[in-house]
Amino acid sequence: MRLTRTLQVTACAAVLLAATACGSSDSSSSGGGLNPPDLKAQSKLGKSEGEVNLIAWAGYVEDGSNDPKVNWVSDFEKQTGCQVNSKVAASSDEMVKLMKTGEYDAVSASGDASLRLIASGDAAPVNTSLVPNYKDIFPDLKLQAWNSVKGKAYGIPHGRGANLLMYNTQKVTPAPTSWAAVFDDASKYKGHVTAYDSPIYIADAALYLKATKPELKIKDPYALDQTQFDAAVALLKKQNADIGEYWSDYLKEISAFKSGDSVVGTTWQVIANLTADEGAKIKAFVPKEGSTGWSDTWMISAKAKHPNCAYKWLNWIVSPKVNAQVAEYFGEAPANAKACEETSDKNFCTTYHAADTAYWKNIAFWNTPIAQCLDGRTDVKCVPYAKWVQAWTEIKG
Amino acid sequence: MSLLNRTAGALYRRPRLRLSLLLTAPLLWLAVLYLGSLSVLFVSAFWTTNSFTSEVVKVWSTDNFHELFTVPVYRQVILRSIGVALSVTVLCAVIAFPLAFYTARVAKPSRRPLLVVAILTPLWASYLVKVYAWRLILSQGGLADWMLKPFGLSGPGFGLPAAVLTLTYLWLPYMVLPIHTALEQLPANLLDASADLGARAGRTFRSVVLPMVLPSVAAGSIFTFSLSLGDYITVQIVGGKTQLIGNLVYSNIELNLPMAAALGTVPVVVIVVYLLAMRRTGALSSL
Repeated sequence: MRLTRTLQVTACAAVLLAATACGSSDSSSSGGGLNPPDLKAQSKLGKSEGEVNLIAWAGYVEDGSNDPKVNWVSDFEKQTGCQVNSKVAASSDEMVKLMKTGEYDAVSASGDASLRLIASGDAAPVNTSLVPNYKDIFPDLKLQAWNSVKGKAYGIPHGRGANLLMYNTQKVTPAPTSWAAVFDDASKYKGHVTAYDSPIYIADAALYLKATKPELKIKDPYALDQTQFDAAVALLKKQNADIGEYWSDYLKEISAFKSGDSVVGTTWQVIANLTADEGAKIKAFVPKEGSTGWSDTWMISAKAKHPNCAYKWLNWIVSPKVNAQVAEYFGEAPANAKACEETSDKNFCTTYHAADTAYWKNIAFWNTPIAQCLDGRTDVKCVPYAKWVQAWTEIKG
Repeated sequence: MSLLNRTAGALYRRPRLRLSLLLTAPLLWLAVLYLGSLSVLFVSAFWTTNSFTSEVVKVWSTDNFHELFTVPVYRQVILRSIGVALSVTVLCAVIAFPLAFYTARVAKPSRRPLLVVAILTPLWASYLVKVYAWRLILSQGGLADWMLKPFGLSGPGFGLPAAVLTLTYLWLPYMVLPIHTALEQLPANLLDASADLGARAGRTFRSVVLPMVLPSVAAGSIFTFSLSLGDYITVQIVGGKTQLIGNLVYSNIELNLPMAAALGTVPVVVIVVYLLAMRRTGALSSL
């Protein structure tokens, strides 16, 4: 069990790390004005092709080779006759590159890769009626900005998670209710504040400014014009003085919270659970301003050679039992509402807020910042992700 | 005569052919794989990336180097990295000298090999294990805090000093060994002569021992300096929020390979300069 958890978190860490280390800009596309090539979704399923080639995050396609108990691929192969060949990608960039080769049929894309795949015509629209389990997916995951364009679905939601504020209940008093604990009030815990080490963390600062500085008129933390961006960067530079260390490795964060080197900062649910399991006195929650988070989508290649098997895989991976297995192994909220009855830990869905619509309303899921503002503004240019990366280096100094 | 015999005869008569056959493989390795990859690194530093796909665009531009010299954060990080490498080197030399003096000249000759093995043992453990051990030592309430508590002090915590300390620990054996060898080879009659001429211990050390051992210190410093300059994992684990050149290369490698390459040439240049400086001390011949 211990190994399973470690693997699960490693996978989680790898995915999230990778998920943020990507994305860039294109002036020709945006959430509002995205004009993908006019591709047709498949209208009916044909015969199985006998195999399917997948690109996935570590921990999403497990055939028992990492852990004999973790296996949801063999049954799929038995039932459908589709041999699964999977390639684990380390980052969204790698996923995009691999998809461009045309050798793969489906990919588990995060919000920052999905838009690029749609815009470049590498991902085909998905006919959701060919995926029977789609009807059980939580409605608030369907047809979102990162998995659809103008009401046309480009993928099947897989799972999601939020970035939380974790604090040491003994050293941080009174209990924080707001992200101010790591921004405006961070100096109280100088040298013991931690933050996620990735350019996408700039969105967390923007989310805080959205609530505290209404004059900046931030609508979407992933669509920042130069003034808004500069304000977020300035806030993070100020925060840097109080940071003890940035974390990108889950082990590091667990050990820092256990020893007290970090007492307040961002985290993921799965890390919070592990830290508490190891005996640290911590609490993790979504502050009143809401939070950022991630949501992954299974997409089908426009050049898929095995589309029928790919559709069968999409249906399989979000089927209640398998979706529950993946979610528990990986440490995220499942996308299928019925998965909650199938988890081995009966409280799993409650812990991960799987069905809590109100909870997810406050989560701004990761998206790729591009020059054309994602919030629909046309009078200004937004700061593209490449500039976010540069700014992040400067923030850390 | 068999083919084998004839070939052997032909090779015997043509020493140049023999030599070229022998050297082709290692030279190919050196030229293609080693120097080749270095030059690819250097050339790609002049390319740019497509900002949407992050794919490398092979268009010649000096933007990356321009940025390297004009953006203050890069300058800062480069200077910080050189500073770390120099302080690790100095600390290693200061600690290694007395240690090597003991193992090479003071300890009983029968014990010396054992002591050398003891110095080498840390190299048998995994790098990551050692660095994570230091993370535990330096963490709050860890060993460092506990030991300094009676004196009313606390450990350095995670940060630049912690990174320097850990790197010093990691690379110390590379400094001890060359100094140990040099001290061991120091002829005893020179020390006797110095004493006969009336020099005290301090004078002997300054005028006899130090000049003869200095090239070995310089040789050891090449290891400690270059290993510290290239390190980015230790600083991630115990360095708190500190960034060194290696971290910048790492953070650019996925999205902006040419910029990572430009950053990667910095340590290469610094180390070449360092090697040239060390050559003057005669260190390269005592490696």
